[in-house]
Amino acid sequence: MSAEREEVLRIEGISKKLGGKPILDNCSLTVHRGELKVLIGPSGAGKSTLLQCIDCLIPPDCGEIWLEGQRLAMNDKRGLCAYRAQVGMIFQDFNLFDHLTAEENVAIALRKVRGMSRKEAKARALEELGRVGLARRALLYPAQLSGGQKQRVAIARTLAMDPRVILLDEPTSALDPELVGEVLAVIRDLARGGMTMIMATHQMDFARALASEILFMERGRIIEQGVPDVLLAEGSATRTRDFCAHLLEMGA
Amino acid sequence: MDSLTVVLNALPAILAGSFVTVGNVAASLAMGLVLGVPLAVAQVYGNRWARRLVALYVWFFRGVPILVLLFLCYGLFISLGLPANPFLICCLVLGCTSTAYQSQIFRGAIESLPHGQLKAARALGMRDITGIRCIILPQALRLSIPGWANEFSILLKDSAICYVLGTQDIMARASFVAARTHEHLALYAAAGLIYLVLTLVVLKLLRRLEYKVHVPGYSTGMGTEGMGVG
Repeated sequence: MSAEREEVLRIEGISKKLGGKPILDNCSLTVHRGELKVLIGPSGAGKSTLLQCIDCLIPPDCGEIWLEGQRLAMNDKRGLCAYRAQVGMIFQDFNLFDHLTAEENVAIALRKVRGMSRKEAKARALEELGRVGLARRALLYPAQLSGGQKQRVAIARTLAMDPRVILLDEPTSALDPELVGEVLAVIRDLARGGMTMIMATHQMDFARALASEILFMERGRIIEQGVPDVLLAEGSATRTRDFCAHLLEMGA
Repeated sequence: MDSLTVVLNALPAILAGSFVTVGNVAASLAMGLVLGVPLAVAQVYGNRWARRLVALYVWFFRGVPILVLLFLCYGLFISLGLPANPFLICCLVLGCTSTAYQSQIFRGAIESLPHGQLKAARALGMRDITGIRCIILPQALRLSIPGWANEFSILLKDSAICYVLGTQDIMARASFVAARTHEHLALYAAAGLIYLVLTLVVLKLLRRLEYKVHVPGYSTGMGTEGMGVG
C-alpha cells in the first residue's frame, strides 16, 4: 500500500539471545517516510529489545539494518555513532541527563555530536523546547519537572538532532494517567507532521487512530501485521484483536 | 620553663610544618584525583584485562601498610641510585595509595548511576568517551564529594607517619622539640590541634563546594526533593 513511498529504515532477520534464551527471533520490518508503525504485544514479547537492537544499544546477534538504503556496519564505531545521531530514541523512563537543565539536555548533543557552538545549540534547544510547549521550563532540572514534562524534554532532545526516524519505547508507560495525554499530543503532532516513527505502546486508541500499521509481537516474533482497521476489525479472528480485548477487559 | 612557654616558643616552627603537611597532602590528593578517575573508568568500562590490572593495583596499595611502603620506596630509590628526597617519596607513596582509594570512591559513584544515562548519550550519537566525559563523570564526581572528603581527612592523618623519613612536617617538628624538651604531652596536643583545625577548614570548604555544584533534586544528601521516577 505504500510501496511507492520512500523507504527510510529496513531491518532484516534481527535475532538476539540473552543467557541462551531467544529474546528476538528473526524480526524484519520496513518503515517508509512518514509512517507510524506501532508495536504491540504482551510484556516480555521483545518490543523493547527490538527497538534497542534497531538502535544497536543492544547489539543484535545477527541481522541487517539499512537506513535510507545504506547498510549499517555495526562494528564500525564511527559509522555507528553517525547512524545513532540520525535515529532518535525515546525511552520509557526518559533518561534525561540529571545534572543538566532542560535546555542543556537538548543542547549537549548538538554541541558534542553536531559540533554546534554553545550559542547556536542554545538557540536550537529553546526552539525545540518551544515546539513541545516547554519554552518556559528551559532552566529547570529534570527533578523539577513532572513525568510528562520530562518525556517532552526527551522528545525535544531527539527532535533537535533532525532524526530520519524516531523509535519510541513505551513513551507513556511510566507516566501517571493524567500526564499521558500531553505526551501523546506531542507524538500525534509529530505523526501528523510526517515524522517517521516506530513506537511500542499499550495505548490502543492512539494506535488505532494514528498507526499506518500495527505489528503484533509475541515471544520474540512479529506474528501479525496490518493496518489497524483490518487487524482490529469487529469479528476478525486475529491474535491482535484478542490481545486488545484483554487490555479492554483489564481497563487499560 | 613551663609547658605553655615551650609550646608557644615552638609554635611558629611547628606551624611552619603545616606547609609541608598541606603540600604533601595536596600533591597526593591531586595525584589520586588525576589517576583515580581514569582508573575508575577503566575498571567500569574497560575490557577484562583493564579491569584486572586496576583490581591488582588497588589490592596492592590497599593491602600494604603505608609505613612499609615508605621504607620500601626509600630503599628502592637508594638502590636505584636516585636522589632519595623524603618529601618526594612521601608524596609518591601517599599519592599511589590515595589513587587506589579514590578510584574506588569514583567507581562506586559511577556504578550507582542509572544505566540509562550512558544509553541515552549513545542513542544521541555520542561516542562512549564523550558520554563518559560529559554525562557520567559530572554526575559521578558530584556524588563522590562526601566520600572524597572522607579520603582527605584520612590522608591528612596518614601523612603524619611520613616523619619517619625525616620530612619537616607538623609531626616531625613536634616530635623534634618534644625529644629535646620532654614536654611530650603539650607538644603532641598542639600538633593534634593543628591537624584538627586543618581538617575542619578543608571539610568546610568541601561542604561549600558540595552546595555550589548541587543540582536541584539530585541527591548528595542535600535534600531529596523529586527523587521519584514519575
